[in-house]
Amino acid sequence: MTQLALVIDLNVCVGCHACVTSCKEWNTSGAAGFLSDDNPYGKDPTGTFFNRVQTFEVGEYPNTQTVHFPKSCLHCEDPPCVPVCPTGASYKREEDGIVLVDYDKCIGCKYCAWACPYGVREIDEHRHVMTKCTLCVDRIYDESLPEGERKPACVMACPANARLFGDIHDPESGVSKAIQENGGYQLMPEWGTSPANHYLPRHKQEVKVRAEDLERVDNPLKVDGRLPKPAIKSPSLDDVTSW
Amino acid sequence: MRPALSVILLTTLIGVGQGLFAALYAVQVFDRIGLIQGPASAAFYPLGCAIALVFLAVGLGASFFHLGHPERAWRTAAMWRTSWLSREVIVLPAFMGCVFLYGLGHFLGWTQHPIAAGLDGTLIIGALASLLCALLFLCTGMIYACLKFLQEWHTPLTVINYLLFGSASGLMLATAYAALVAPGLVRFFAAWAVGFTLAALIGRSATLIRNARLKPRSSLQTAIGVKHPRIVQISQGFMGGSFNTREFFHGMSNAWMRSVKWTFLLAVFPVPLALLIAGLVGGLPVLLAAAFLVQYVGLLAERWFFFAQANHPQNLYYQRIS
Repeated sequence: MTQLALVIDLNVCVGCHACVTSCKEWNTSGAAGFLSDDNPYGKDPTGTFFNRVQTFEVGEYPNTQTVHFPKSCLHCEDPPCVPVCPTGASYKREEDGIVLVDYDKCIGCKYCAWACPYGVREIDEHRHVMTKCTLCVDRIYDESLPEGERKPACVMACPANARLFGDIHDPESGVSKAIQENGGYQLMPEWGTSPANHYLPRHKQEVKVRAEDLERVDNPLKVDGRLPKPAIKSPSLDDVTSW
Repeated sequence: MRPALSVILLTTLIGVGQGLFAALYAVQVFDRIGLIQGPASAAFYPLGCAIALVFLAVGLGASFFHLGHPERAWRTAAMWRTSWLSREVIVLPAFMGCVFLYGLGHFLGWTQHPIAAGLDGTLIIGALASLLCALLFLCTGMIYACLKFLQEWHTPLTVINYLLFGSASGLMLATAYAALVAPGLVRFFAAWAVGFTLAALIGRSATLIRNARLKPRSSLQTAIGVKHPRIVQISQGFMGGSFNTREFFHGMSNAWMRSVKWTFLLAVFPVPLALLIAGLVGGLPVLLAAAFLVQYVGLLAERWFFFAQANHPQNLYYQRIS
């Protein structure tokens, strides 16, 4: 069984919103219909987006980390939004695990959005149907595109390569290895939704300086019993009089 | 959550319709057993069913305003295997049909079966309608109770409260209705109305106490998967509003929430009970009607509070515009 998903590396994401705009551009131009925007340059802008990049501050000043956090539909393996849909418009594809909305069946009752703990479904207020990330289902299987471009628009756009795309059920895939090797995790595990999208945790960037980086152990001048003078800590005029 | 007027009207109005029908059928059953004297007026059942149907139909009509594509509403019957909303959409019209047949049966005098003597046709239709009535309460309540991460709703009390509030308001209406059509039944209905209103008070109080002690299972830590005690949102990712900032929060102050709570606690329970008793003692039907109206308005506030109080975990992601 295939389960396509995104794996997002929080260590790499710089919060540039390129994935957001790329997603919007691709998905508002497709055959499935536009994504509304109201007052985009006005006082109270609002619109439909499948992907958002949020920013959190972790810790207390001065020991803080800024976490940029991209969020889109997680394509849960047990999606709570699917069984509640009264019309069957919300469904999970057997073949690749993508959770989709059939815009021709959706009645716009918003019950699925209530049933999603992650807040990733947004009703389109002009088309009156529920919309959400499709993992660019109209891109990833498009054989008219070069094979390297058969990826979601957000993945294509990410300049830092923070977004990985692949089959998390295939243990040999890049995303599976990224999850395994970097401790990839799911959001809100307490609800048992088993999201397919995973996040790779932040790890502290440290420059490891070892003693031998500062002082060569194989220094030819450093012969037993005849240590170079003056001592390493003392001031010197040039490299030679040092060690 | 942001309470939607259409859903508030739907749930309160069909509750009244269901309660009124149950009251009518209870009279017939109790009359049949011989516990009470049935109504003298032949119009009692048909007219009562017509009133119940008006409430159910207006409630059903209100629900359409909640839909983005009401013309596709017929599709909602498709997923009854998994969706409580779908089940409600099936049960509500079926119940309305049975109430219609029940009223029609009384109007046309199907009380005596032409072949099997003593077999009351309306009693059978009424039994079926009662079953659907109970199912409808279950479906309506479960639509909310089945959402496990809306912890304020995820309790059997939600279903019980829908049942008790619907029955209480229907019985209040039945009391006022009986005062006009079948005065002999006023005390019967009034006693049941008091009983159900008190039961609803217990059920709702239990829910309020439970919800006041709830600990949210989700936190910013689980929402973004960072295990640090101090996390604050700097930006939700956009500078305006969105569906997510509008749909899931009522946008009112705590003081407003408290005042709505006390409003419904007064308007649903003590005030209608006082009016009901005053109407009974003074023999004033207008007070009985006022009891129903006050309780209904109180129920609108109760339902508003029910929706508003539910705290959706998605709000963790949408806290700060910048």
